[in-house]
Amino acid sequence: MTETRAAEIVFDHVTKRYVGRDAAAVNDLSLEIPAGTFCVLVGPSGGGKTTALKMVNRLIPFDSGEIRIDGRSIADLPLTELRRGIGYVIQQIGLFPHMTVGDNVGTVPRLLGWPKKRIEERARELLELVGLEPADAKRYPAQLSGGQRQRVGLARALAADPPLLLMDEPFGALDPITRFRLQTELLRLHDEVGKTVIFVTHDIDEAIRMGDRIAILREGGVLAQYDTPDAILAHPADDFVAQFIGEDRALRRLALRTLETLELGSPGTGEPSSGVPRVPPSTTVRNAISLMLETGADRVVVENDGHVLGLFTLDAARKLL
Amino acid sequence: MRLAGGGPVIPNFGQGSSCVTGDHAFCWGWVKQHWGDTLGPALAQHLEITAIAVGIGFAIAFPLALLAHRFRRLEQPFSVVSALLYTIPSLALFQLLIPITGLGLTTVEVALTSYTLVILFPNIVTGLRSVPADVIEAAQGMGLTRLQVLTRVELPLAVPAIVGGLRIAVVSTVAIGTIAGIEVTTKGLGYPIFNALQDPTPFKTEIYSAGALAVALALAADATLVVMRRLLVPWARRTA
Repeated sequence: MTETRAAEIVFDHVTKRYVGRDAAAVNDLSLEIPAGTFCVLVGPSGGGKTTALKMVNRLIPFDSGEIRIDGRSIADLPLTELRRGIGYVIQQIGLFPHMTVGDNVGTVPRLLGWPKKRIEERARELLELVGLEPADAKRYPAQLSGGQRQRVGLARALAADPPLLLMDEPFGALDPITRFRLQTELLRLHDEVGKTVIFVTHDIDEAIRMGDRIAILREGGVLAQYDTPDAILAHPADDFVAQFIGEDRALRRLALRTLETLELGSPGTGEPSSGVPRVPPSTTVRNAISLMLETGADRVVVENDGHVLGLFTLDAARKLL
Repeated sequence: MRLAGGGPVIPNFGQGSSCVTGDHAFCWGWVKQHWGDTLGPALAQHLEITAIAVGIGFAIAFPLALLAHRFRRLEQPFSVVSALLYTIPSLALFQLLIPITGLGLTTVEVALTSYTLVILFPNIVTGLRSVPADVIEAAQGMGLTRLQVLTRVELPLAVPAIVGGLRIAVVSTVAIGTIAGIEVTTKGLGYPIFNALQDPTPFKTEIYSAGALAVALALAADATLVVMRRLLVPWARRTA
């Protein structure tokens, strides 16, 4: 699959007020989301994150400002053309219950007039991509589990290879284990297909885990901070952000890094003592520290298939922050 | 007001068996003998009366329901008018209509059709409304036009509710249709019943057999619609 199309999205002083409410839903929002970025909009309810998302495919109109996709104002595009070029995934999934999984996935390609055969091939390809069986194409949504349905929702959004995906709390209704698995697979998928993603969640953990960039919105639709997860955790812009990301932000930051990304200490010549835990290089710094605290050791040995790569010590951890 | 119109002259049991002349509980012989000249045609006419009433009722209710679905403001006036129609007792409605449409099938069909509207209209509207909001939002978000949302999503998903409405409409039209035989028309299964009741000693077999045929017709029509729904709604059967 050669899916490399991604779009740059720009919010340019966008404001939205709902009739009969004093506070703005989105207040003078300006954001630049480079092509291929996984951008998470996060914040408490009333922060306008879903409103901001739905403005991009014009499900919600806004009052002033401009949103541009690859430099073109979305107001200049015909509505159906705009929407068919954007993958849209929502929490409730919204699969068509009267259509098979295959037909659900083929919705946008059908609208675009693809030949039948190509639609079927594409559906099969996408089901595989999101971890379903080709035979599932013949089933109806009611026959699937919640996690499977959201996979179908994702496949349906990707069907016509849109350069932009909008995801509105897509995993919010799933159990924690399924959610974690789908998060992992979405990250893998994002690496693979390289699309721009705008992802809404109220869960800061999910935001930190998923985002290349995080936009934190506060009540009244004001952008509080827009940066990488690491920068936000290291330097929260204000008290609101600091409170929102939690007092354990140092640990959260360490959870973002794995041992393989660090310069490890030399293992020395002698055999490390037997009490020192051994961990694979994919271990996060946070988990390595946890293990040290648990075992009373002041270091862990990083090894890959029995081959020692180096040492990671508590002292080294302190210097990371 | 007395019945006008032709048809076989009553009573039908003049030359009958002892069962018939003695007016026993039920005489199969009479049923067989008069299937060809009375019961069979009456059944066919009843089916036709029902089909026309429900057919026209659907043809009127469907576009009205689409309008009410699109312009919500219209739903209430439509509902009130059709509900008012339904509150008029059928006998009285027939009486009201006779000066306008005369004695005969037209009057019957007008009355029966108006009753089907009360059943069909809200059922179709409810069916269209019952489509979950998230399904509509997903459809819109993917770039389906309003018409495509209607034809590809809302209508298919409304089929169970629409067929449900048709079932009630058909069954009730079969039942109300028998009342039409009392004073308005000689067509349908109501007439043999009325015919028998005209006699000072009503002939039970004629009443029972025509009544039983009306019940059988209603059940058969209902079963047909159930089968139809199964064919149209394959997705509702296969739940996990």
